[in-house]
Amino acid sequence: MSNILEIRDISRSFHGRTVLQSIHLQVERGELFGLLGPSGSGKTTLIKLMTGMDRSDSGEIHILGEKVPKLSLLKRIGYMAQSDALYNELTARQNLQFFASLYGLSGVRRNERIDAVLRVVDLLDHKDKTVAAYSGGMKRRLSLAISLLHEPELLILDEPTVGIDPVLRQSIWQELLALRDQGTTIILTTHVMDEADKCDRIGLIRDGHLTAVDSPAALKERSGTTTLENAFIVLGGGVLA
Amino acid sequence: MRTRALALRIIRQFLRDKRTLALIFLAPLLILTLLNFIFNGQPITPNIGTVQLPAPIIERLNSTDANVTTYTNQAEAKQALEARDLDAILSLTDGKPDLILEGSDPSMNQAILLRLQKVMQANTPTIQPNITYLHGKEGMSSFDYFGPVLIGFFSFFFVFMIAGVSFLRERTTGTLERLLATPIRRSEVVGGYLLGFGIFTLLQATLITWFAIEVLGMYMVGNFGLVLLINLLLTLTALTLGTLLSSFASSEFQIIQFIPLVIVPQVFFSGLFNLDAMAPWLQKLSYIMPLYYGADAMRGIMIRGESIGDIQLDIYILLGFSIVFALLNIAALKKQRAI
Repeated sequence: MSNILEIRDISRSFHGRTVLQSIHLQVERGELFGLLGPSGSGKTTLIKLMTGMDRSDSGEIHILGEKVPKLSLLKRIGYMAQSDALYNELTARQNLQFFASLYGLSGVRRNERIDAVLRVVDLLDHKDKTVAAYSGGMKRRLSLAISLLHEPELLILDEPTVGIDPVLRQSIWQELLALRDQGTTIILTTHVMDEADKCDRIGLIRDGHLTAVDSPAALKERSGTTTLENAFIVLGGGVLA
Repeated sequence: MRTRALALRIIRQFLRDKRTLALIFLAPLLILTLLNFIFNGQPITPNIGTVQLPAPIIERLNSTDANVTTYTNQAEAKQALEARDLDAILSLTDGKPDLILEGSDPSMNQAILLRLQKVMQANTPTIQPNITYLHGKEGMSSFDYFGPVLIGFFSFFFVFMIAGVSFLRERTTGTLERLLATPIRRSEVVGGYLLGFGIFTLLQATLITWFAIEVLGMYMVGNFGLVLLINLLLTLTALTLGTLLSSFASSEFQIIQFIPLVIVPQVFFSGLFNLDAMAPWLQKLSYIMPLYYGADAMRGIMIRGESIGDIQLDIYILLGFSIVFALLNIAALKKQRAI
């Protein structure tokens, strides 16, 4: 089975409000898959169901052939939350040491990995600064570094480039594409159209419905439009102005 | 190993947060010192005015530690009493002593009545009883009696607050969610918190106990190690209760709201106040208060020199509280992650 992620008929509602409505989705190994949708569309809820942070009302999720939630599965997944969940009092290195230990890394191997991920996100020169002194962009990069520590087979990133300047955004995307080329499967959420354009396939999500899943080019062709933005509107059932 | 990593992180965070460190270590010392001054101060010296009393009585009154001022008439003395220059007026009416008290402060009233009694007794010498103390000693101050309870209380209070706020912050800043996206077990999260905070609470308990006994000279006849053990158990209870309750708070302010609900009732039932006058069914409430057991054991060790055998029930119950709170905490984490 080459499907790394399989979502079957997932529904989730909070206090009577439906956030996700019978979602079906497959992501293949080695894909860079984007979930595109406006804020409040249910992207983060879907991500939380994948990591086992939240429980669905119905349906099943399988990752790497195992049913979610499963503790051992978390060792093979790298996760980056939408908010930078960092310990501000500690230095970047201390943050990394902490999370590395949680993933079972120790000794020389741990230090190697810490240096490696710091190099990836270009924070090697700032590793001994406390996170409180970091800018928003630096915190975002450190969060990404943490998710890469244990070389996961699957990376789940919730809005990885939000609040990052264009130059840095480009370098992070280069890194993500390089990771994909090395065989890491990446699932990320975004609401930026030109980012979605770089994904192998994207899923359009709106009001809890997955309205279309395909490659960016195919989506544009299907909707008869030239931009993803217009494709999003047409495939979501809207009418172009 | 994950538990250790979490404990190490908590210690590192603590060391960076100088203010919280000061609060946990210095604030209890400051408050204990202040209480020492309040309860251990000089004995009360009442100001007593006398109106036309025979010289021998004035002399005897003088010898009872009172400031005695003589007045020539009652009206003058009353004026002084109303101006609060005097606490009482003693005069003779038809050969009988006549005492007027200022009356607002019960402890002052008590002190004056005691002195009057001494003066009167001196007229008819009685047999002096031979007094020995089973526990304690002559001249033991209230501070010596409250002290053991206060040591336990301050350890409990500060650890409860800091543990509660730390765990809450872990949740509100999203780091708890991030933490639970790693293969850490829920029990390892709670264990890491216990270990990380436990080291600080052990240091805190040692410092407070040492300070109270060696610097403030609190009465202590028992085993120092036992006092530490009880103090540590009490802080573990505070730690597990604080982190558990923080699951039901959504902000630091809501943690503060637990003080009147959780902390203040414990103070009332901890033995600082005598509960004998309370309705029996209400007295039973103290059985659900961790501080009651801690205070009972602390007092037993420090004042009565009790051994580990005498206080073992307190030890088991405090341990039981910690275990129950920790297990509930592990269960409450299910709200954050299903497994």
